[in-house]
Amino acid sequence: MDEAHISRGFRSKRQTQAAKDRLPPGQYVTTDFPILSAGPTPQIDVSRWKLALQLGGSLLGTWTWEAFETLPQTTIRTDIHCVTKWSKLDTTWQGVTFDDLLKVVGLSEPPEPYVMAHCDGGYTTNVPLADLIGGKAMVATRYEGLPIAPAHGGPARLLVPHLYFWKSAKWLRRIRFMPTDERGFWESLGYHIHGDPWKEQRYDGD
Amino acid sequence: MTAIDASAPPERLEWQLAQVRDIVAETYRVKSFMLEPVNWTGHLPGQHVDIRLTAEDGYQAQRSYSIASPSEDKLLTVTVERVTDGEVSPYLLDELRIGDRLELRGPIARHFVWTSGSSGSLCLVAGGTGITPLMAMLRHRDRSSCHTPTVLIYSARSRADIVYREELEGMARHDTNLAVIYALTREQAKDWAGHRGRIDRPLLAANCFPPAQNPAIYVCGPTDFVESVAGVLVELGYDPLSIKTERFGPSGGLSHGK
Repeated sequence: MDEAHISRGFRSKRQTQAAKDRLPPGQYVTTDFPILSAGPTPQIDVSRWKLALQLGGSLLGTWTWEAFETLPQTTIRTDIHCVTKWSKLDTTWQGVTFDDLLKVVGLSEPPEPYVMAHCDGGYTTNVPLADLIGGKAMVATRYEGLPIAPAHGGPARLLVPHLYFWKSAKWLRRIRFMPTDERGFWESLGYHIHGDPWKEQRYDGD
Repeated sequence: MTAIDASAPPERLEWQLAQVRDIVAETYRVKSFMLEPVNWTGHLPGQHVDIRLTAEDGYQAQRSYSIASPSEDKLLTVTVERVTDGEVSPYLLDELRIGDRLELRGPIARHFVWTSGSSGSLCLVAGGTGITPLMAMLRHRDRSSCHTPTVLIYSARSRADIVYREELEGMARHDTNLAVIYALTREQAKDWAGHRGRIDRPLLAANCFPPAQNPAIYVCGPTDFVESVAGVLVELGYDPLSIKTERFGPSGGLSHGK
């Protein structure tokens, strides 16, 4: 359809005009923090938590919770956008940037152009390295200064705020480099391979 | 995970017009809309559609709604609950008339879906209008004369808040493989013989098929409802991977921060 159909009697009830430059198409602002997950929330004990960075058959690095906490910390303030249409402005996250993770394992540049994030509960999502480096993404362990609640992905989640929020995988456990792009969980079930909210890449083919 | 097939670019889900053919008041705060899309290629029970409204000044709002009708039906049914201070649901409930046209696109998502070809027993747990995608599964099961042993455990505020009550009871009456269990959380008549209060561990333990049978489990409802029910099911020994969830609405006490 080229032109949108006018819905008789429909009028805006929101003040979204002010935030237009911060609100991608089709999104609305919420002050709540909705929770959307494909299954039960895993309760993860940090004493058993480990994160691994994998390249082919070898692990470039593994971190216990204690070790991960000693890595350089960065705080970012950013807007987040969920494919289910809500956006939340000015959220604050703390964690280890992807750039620092690479540095810590002795890589000056990414060894492959894509990663798959693997999570507790079997969730996966694919992200190009270009969307992870240059300060664009982190492994987050704090939200608004507090440990991330399990329902929101704690103890550690990926944070790629410039893509739809399903890419910011909850309950992150392993990041695997890939030579070619593969589809993760939602990307295999009808959602867009890349998920740029500003291009409204919600579903396959958008 | 699947490798990406570069030779077959995916087709975009295009916006299309659907005409409102019928409107049914399900409860005092819930209505069903029977829609006739211009070009619908079918859906799986549990999938949803996006609906888009456009104001005369060009302002647009989109929301996702679960499809309540089975793929066997000609018309597409969405069942909408009024969200207080909402933007789209009050319009649909108060303004939309039979004959009006709505923009929609779908079907969307292939995770929270069930078809009669699936093996094993089926356990459905609904909180409020979380019944909607589960109803598509039950209607599909009914239309395809499927005998999969199935239980629906459905929590509503009061008897008057139970959406599709007559249809559910009709289905259960002629089908010995289907059990419908209600939990009324706020108001119960004196003679109410069903569960009083929220869906809890004893109710789930007594009515779900045992974990050894590894039933397919679908839980849909408000966020705190799903968090609670799914958590109890894991504690009862069900495989977390067999529990599919769909959450909606505010996060209640689970969200810290602002």
